[in-house]
Amino acid sequence: MKPPLNRNMGSTWWLSRGAYFLIMLRELSAVFIAAYLVFFLICLYKVGQGPEAYGAYLRFLWSPGMILFHLVALAFALLHMVTWFNATPKAVRVWRGEERVPPALMIGPNYAVWAVITAFIIWVVLK
Amino acid sequence: MGTPTTQRTIKLEVFRYRPEEEDEPTFQTYEVPYREDWVVLDALNHIKDTVDGTLSYRWSCRMGVCGSCGMMVNGYPKLTCAAFLRDYYPNAIRVEPLVNFPVERDLVINMDDFMRKLKAVKPWIIRKKEQPLAEGEYRQTPAELAQYKQFSMCINCMLCYSACPVVGREEGFIGPAVLALGQRYNLDSRDQGRAQRQETIFGHEGIWECTFVGECSTVCPKDVDPAGAIQMAKVQGAMEYMKTLLPWGQRS
Ligand code: SF4
Ligand code: FES
Repeated sequence: MKPPLNRNMGSTWWLSRGAYFLIMLRELSAVFIAAYLVFFLICLYKVGQGPEAYGAYLRFLWSPGMILFHLVALAFALLHMVTWFNATPKAVRVWRGEERVPPALMIGPNYAVWAVITAFIIWVVLK
Repeated sequence: MGTPTTQRTIKLEVFRYRPEEEDEPTFQTYEVPYREDWVVLDALNHIKDTVDGTLSYRWSCRMGVCGSCGMMVNGYPKLTCAAFLRDYYPNAIRVEPLVNFPVERDLVINMDDFMRKLKAVKPWIIRKKEQPLAEGEYRQTPAELAQYKQFSMCINCMLCYSACPVVGREEGFIGPAVLALGQRYNLDSRDQGRAQRQETIFGHEGIWECTFVGECSTVCPKDVDPAGAIQMAKVQGAMEYMKTLLPWGQRS
C-alpha cells in the first residue's frame, strides 16, 4: 500500500495568512530592538569619551537614516508590547472563586505601568 | 417560503486523491444546489449521495460534537458541519483535507501520530493510590472544576493542528490540543499524575516548541484556548525551574 500523502505547510506558510504574517513581523521585531540597544550602548560609551565624541555621535543619530530607523524600531517595539501585554491573561489566570478575573482587568495594569514609566522618562528628558 | 423559479447553485472545488489511481492529488469541481441552511458537509453529502459516490470524507454527528468533519475550507481549518454555504456564496468553495496531516484518500487524513501524542500525555485521572470504592467518589468544588473546565471542552477535531505552523515544521511537537488536555488533567484537583506527564508537556517536544502564534485558539470551535493553556504551562514551568535554582529549592 502507498504511504499516505504528505501535506505539511510549506516554507512560505507565513505569507498565506495575515495573522501569520503579523507573527513573523513580531519575531522580526527582536532584530530591530537588539539593533536599537546596540546604538544606545554606543551612545553611553560615547558619553564616557567626552563631550566631543558624544556630540559627533548625536549628529549621527539625527541623520535622516537613523531617524527613520528609530521610527521603525519604535513601531516594532509597540507591536511587541501590545502582543505580550494582551497575552498576560492567557498566561496568568486569576480566579475569584468560580469566576475568572476578566482579561481586560489583567491587561489594563500593564498599560498603566507603561504609561507611568513613559511619562516619567519624557519628563526626565524634557526637563 | 415559495419555490425559486431558478435553482441557485454553488461550486465546490474538492480535493481528490485516490492513491491506487494517481500519484498527485487533483481538484474536482462539483456544482450543487445552493441552500441558505446548508453547511459544507451537507453539500458533500449531496455530492456523495447523488453525484459521485466515490468521494471519501469523515463525519458523524453533524452538530459540532464528534469532531470528525474538520477540513480546510478556503484554506482555513473548519468543522464542515458548522461552515455555512451562505458565508461563501456566490463564490466557489475549496475543500481540502486538514493540512499538517498525511492524506489517506480524498478528504480523509491519517491521525495515527495525533493518537500517539494524545496517549502520551495520559489524559485520564491518575491517583498515587486509588481509594477503595467504599470511600466514595473523589469530590470537587465548583471552583476547582472551573480551573480546568475550559480545557476539557476539546472534541479532538484537530483543527488547531492544521492552524499551527510549528506542528507543520516540527514533526515531534506534541501540539496544541494535547498540551491543553495535559493541562486539563494537571489542573484537576483530583489528579496526582503530574510527574508522569512532565516529560510530554515540559520536555523538548512540549510547550517550549510553541512560539505563540495563537492561531490554534482562533480556529478552535470549542473555545478551548490551547494557546492560553500552553502559555500558562510555560509560566508554571519557568517558575518551577527558578525555584530549583534557589539554594533551598528542591531539585527533582
Ligand atoms: S483544542 Fe479546539 S481545535 Fe484543537 S482539537 Fe480541541 S476542539 Fe479542536
Ligand atoms: S460532524 Fe461531528 S463535528 Fe462535524
